[in-house]
Amino acid sequence: MSDIITSLYIFMLAGFVGFEVIRRVSPLLHTPLMSLTNALDAIAVVGAIILAGEHKSSLATVLGTLAIVASTSNLVGGFLITDRMLKMFKASKPKK
Amino acid sequence: MTITPFITDHAIEVIYLISTALFILSLKWMSAPTTARHGVWAGELGMLLAIGGTLLHRGIVDYTWVASALVLGAIIGVPLGLVQMTAVPQRTALSHAFGALCVALVGTAEYYLRAPAVPKFMMAVLALEVILGSLTFTGSLMAAGKLQEILPQRPITYKGQNVVNISLLAIAIAVAAYLVIHPESTMLFPVIIAIPLLFGVLMIVPIGGADMPTVISLLNSYAGLSAAAMGFVLDSKLLIIAGALDGSSGLFLSVIMSKAMNRSFTNVLFGAFGQVQSAAASGEETRNVKSATAEEAAAILVAANSVVIVPGYGMAVAQAQHKVRELYDVLTRRGVDVKFAIHPVAGRMPGHMNVLLAEADIPYDKLLDMDAINSEFPQTDVALVIGANDVTNPAARTDPSSPIYGMPILDVDKARTVMVIKRGMSPGFAGIDNPLYYLDKTLMLFGDARAFVGDIVRQLAGEGHG
Repeated sequence: MSDIITSLYIFMLAGFVGFEVIRRVSPLLHTPLMSLTNALDAIAVVGAIILAGEHKSSLATVLGTLAIVASTSNLVGGFLITDRMLKMFKASKPKK
Repeated sequence: MTITPFITDHAIEVIYLISTALFILSLKWMSAPTTARHGVWAGELGMLLAIGGTLLHRGIVDYTWVASALVLGAIIGVPLGLVQMTAVPQRTALSHAFGALCVALVGTAEYYLRAPAVPKFMMAVLALEVILGSLTFTGSLMAAGKLQEILPQRPITYKGQNVVNISLLAIAIAVAAYLVIHPESTMLFPVIIAIPLLFGVLMIVPIGGADMPTVISLLNSYAGLSAAAMGFVLDSKLLIIAGALDGSSGLFLSVIMSKAMNRSFTNVLFGAFGQVQSAAASGEETRNVKSATAEEAAAILVAANSVVIVPGYGMAVAQAQHKVRELYDVLTRRGVDVKFAIHPVAGRMPGHMNVLLAEADIPYDKLLDMDAINSEFPQTDVALVIGANDVTNPAARTDPSSPIYGMPILDVDKARTVMVIKRGMSPGFAGIDNPLYYLDKTLMLFGDARAFVGDIVRQLAGEGHG
């Protein structure tokens, strides 16, 4: 039970940290922000890898493998497009 | 003999801790365009560490499935990372769907591994994980379909829609509650997958294209929360934190979007957005508008000291952003101060318009958000509206009977001269007449955005070379 409470504290604190950090992101970058958080969310792949690798049941292996495919495609695609977008943001050249 | 696994376990935990710190840094560095790419690198490093650490996990007995799945996922991911910038909203919706699918699949597998003896709290979190994951999966697919225009963008509504949706959700929650008390009823588990899958579809059916920025943000938040729930199930602090970060980010963006669309937050939370506002059919008296040619527009623009361009989604639809960049270049060269005014919902997802303009090589320090630019309109010589309508409608400020009254708008009408490029006098997305067009200082430039801006550029370039 104390484990659950610890986890709830962690969840709550991470939620507040998230809100404070995201609040400071310029509206200019809200689209790359969303694709970045999406890529980070693909950390769920960690759970899927253990599930698929442990071979505890065939159902778990199949579902885990599919879950790895889904989250890895997010991970790769998410980081790739975020970086492509951010590369395009250039400041104007100072020439005055 | 037991020493090595012990060290490995702790090493994995430390690696996860480092990954978590890198994820938070990653989001922190997104605050400014100058450091944002470091954020991507930090995120990538954190992800590599976490995956590498996980592969050391001693419970893993076989790597063939894992390795093939990682490779296949990467193969699918690359084209999804290379889509055009106009397609980013649907790509984002699709990735919400994939993320939610992963979470729902893992939740399902975990339940069947643990049943029949599932502790109550664990069962509740598992149910939450699977319900949120499933509805986000189909909901995001629907949103992606609407954005890609495979599905009709018009909101589809029918009588009793909300009753049907809320009852479905209530049934799913009731079944979930029963499972918490009787986790051994494995036959019931598919119900809390199937009903949310259906609910996800029905939830997006009544939502129109203009509401997509809010919907995408909300789905983002759901995907994050379901991942956090998965973290509780697997007792993974890393996953709880990553999910909480994603969830709060999505929630924050939904709040911004709902404010910008003049909808209350509860309205958004309960998915009641998208109702077609019955457009206040204003008196049909034909009022006078003044129109101008490209030549006249060019003369006014070049005589100005300061110009603010107000792009809307119509500009992106007409693929006019590169012509707009040429206009920006030619005016800047002639000493005119040109800025862009970006409304939060000027696009199909939060911040989308900035990406489209950055792609056209417009410097980001010239892209100003609503709060920054509104104080500048009174000192602006010319406001040039391209493909935007409702977000410039002064009725939102002045006319309490208008359906968009109270919506924050760009105060374009405060500029000394207003020019609006528009195909015709048809009203905008919400079907509301825009009094801006009838002001004395407003000139209507009728035509296709790309062609018209091109004409203006030609006039200016022609003059320049004598």
